[in-house]
Amino acid sequence: MTRRLIGTARYLSLVAAAVVAILPLVVILFASLKSADEYASTGPFEPPANWFNLDNYATAFTQGRMLSAFLNTAFILVVALTGTVLIGSMAAYAIDRFEFRLKRTIVGLFLLATLVPSVTTQVATFQVVNGLGLFNTRWAAIALFLGTDIVSIYIFWQFLRGIPHELDEAAALEGANAITIYYRIILPLLKPAIATVVIVKGIAIYNEYYVPFLYMPSRDLGVISTALFRFKGPMGSQWEIISAGVILVIIPTLIAFLALQRFVYNGFTQGATK
Amino acid sequence: MTHRLRLPRSATPYLFLAVPIALLGVFTYLPVVDMFWYSVTSWNGISPTRTYVGLDNYVEILTRPELFRVFAVSLYYLGASFVQLGLALYFATVLSFNVRFRNFFKGVLFFPYLINGVAIAMIFLYFFQPGGTLDTVLGWVGVERPPHWLGDPDVVNYSLAGTSVWRYLGLNFVLFLGAIQSIPAHLYEAAELDGANRWHQFRHIILPGIRPVVGLSFILAISGSLAAFEIPYIMLMGANGSRTFVIQTVEMAFKFHKVGLASAMAVVLLVIVLLLTWVQRRVLPDEKVTLS
Repeated sequence: MTRRLIGTARYLSLVAAAVVAILPLVVILFASLKSADEYASTGPFEPPANWFNLDNYATAFTQGRMLSAFLNTAFILVVALTGTVLIGSMAAYAIDRFEFRLKRTIVGLFLLATLVPSVTTQVATFQVVNGLGLFNTRWAAIALFLGTDIVSIYIFWQFLRGIPHELDEAAALEGANAITIYYRIILPLLKPAIATVVIVKGIAIYNEYYVPFLYMPSRDLGVISTALFRFKGPMGSQWEIISAGVILVIIPTLIAFLALQRFVYNGFTQGATK
Repeated sequence: MTHRLRLPRSATPYLFLAVPIALLGVFTYLPVVDMFWYSVTSWNGISPTRTYVGLDNYVEILTRPELFRVFAVSLYYLGASFVQLGLALYFATVLSFNVRFRNFFKGVLFFPYLINGVAIAMIFLYFFQPGGTLDTVLGWVGVERPPHWLGDPDVVNYSLAGTSVWRYLGLNFVLFLGAIQSIPAHLYEAAELDGANRWHQFRHIILPGIRPVVGLSFILAISGSLAAFEIPYIMLMGANGSRTFVIQTVEMAFKFHKVGLASAMAVVLLVIVLLLTWVQRRVLPDEKVTLS
C-alpha cells in the first residue's frame, strides 16, 4: 500500500516537473501563432485560432534579420569548431605522445587557465581584441572561442590516453613523420571525442551571447543571440513576433537534440563540468 | 609498452603546441596580467596614459558599500542553486530506477539547459509579465493580486533566481544521473539481498558513489552564483535591484569607462573564485574531481 503511494507520488513529481519545464515554452508557441489582435484579446493559455498562421515567423525572420544572423552564426560555428578540433587534438597529441622538457609546465598552464572565469577578464580581453584589430569582426568571436577553450584539449587528452601506442609506433617504425601520424592515425582514432567536442562546443557557441554582444556590435554582424536580443527594442511589446523569433532560435537546438540525444548526454557528462 | 616513440626531432611537440599555446597566452594569460596592471591605475580605457594609483581602486571597493553590496544579490542565486542541486539529485535518483517514459522525462528535464540564453530571457520576460502566464495560473488558484515579478525590487531576484533554476537544473540532473548509472549494478543486488530499502540504497550506495560530482557541483554552484550575469543582464539590464557583481563590473568598464576600478573588481572576483577552488581541492582530496 505505502509502496503504491510512493510510486504514485513519484510519478506526480515527475509530471509536475515536466509541466514546469514545458509550460513556459508552450505559451510562447501559442503566442507566436496568434495575430496581433488575437494576441491582444486572448489569454496566454488560449490556443491560437489558426495553427498554421506563420505571419509572425515571416516578420521575425525578415525584420529581425534572422537570415543574416543564422549565416553569421553558421560561419562562426564552422570555423571555430574546425579550429577547436584541430588545435585541441594537436595539443592533446603533443602532450600525450611526446616527452619534452616543458611538458609539466605547459600542462599546468592549461589546467590553471580553466580556473579563470572568462566573464571576469573581459575588461582586459577587450583591450587585447581591440589591439589586434579584431573588434567588430567575426574573427573576434572566432579567436575568443578558439583561444579560451581548454575543455576540448582536455577531452581529447583523456580520450587519447585510452588509445594504445602500438598503431602510431608501428607507423613511426615504417618511417612516417609526426605530422603524417597525427593526420592519418591519431585524428581518425579520435572520432568519438571529436563528436563530443563538436556537440558540447557547438551548443555553447550557438548560445553564446556576451562575446558577440560585446565584440560585434555592428548590426550586420548579428548572430542569433544578438539578433534576438535586438527584438527587445523596436518590437517592444509585440510579443507575438518576439515569440516567433524565440521559437525560430529554439528549433535548430531541438532538432539537434532529438537527432543526437545519446551523444548529447554523453558529451555533457564527459565535458561540460567546467 | 613502456618504450616510447623516439622523437624525430625534439622540436616536434612544440610545433604541435605552438598555436594552442599562443592562443592561451594571448586570450587567457595576457588579459589576466593586464587586468592586474589596470587594477592599480585610474585608466579610463581610452586615454594613452595610465596613471598608477596604487591600491586606491581596491580601497574604493572595500569602502564604498554600494559596490560591495551587490554581492548580496548573489545570495538569491546561491540559495536557488542549492534548491536546484536538491531537485537534480531527487530526479536523478528517481529516474535511475525503472520508470515508465524515462527517456521522455529525462529529455524534458534536460532540454532547457540547451536553449539559447537570450531565448530563455525572452521566454521568462513573457512568463512573468503582469497578467501573463504565471499570473494567469495563480489566478486559477485564487491569487488575486500577484506581485510585480520583475518590477518589485523585493521580488525580482526570486524571479530571476527561479529562472536560473529552470535553465540549469538539467545539467546537474544529467551529471548526477550519469554518476548514479556508473555505480555497478551488483551493489544494488547485494543490498537488496540484505533487505535494504530504497532509502538505504540511496543513503549507502548512491550518495557515496556520486559524492565527487556532487562536491564539484557545489563549488560550481557557489562560483556560478557569484558570477551570475546572463539572466539578470539580458532580462533587465540589472534594473530594479537585480544588479549583480559582474553586471556592475561590466557597466563600470564599458558604460562609465572606469577600467581601472572595473579591473580591480574583476580581480576581487577572480581571487574569490580561485580561493573557492583551492578550498574544494582541500575538502575533496584524492577523489576523481578533475579540472575539466
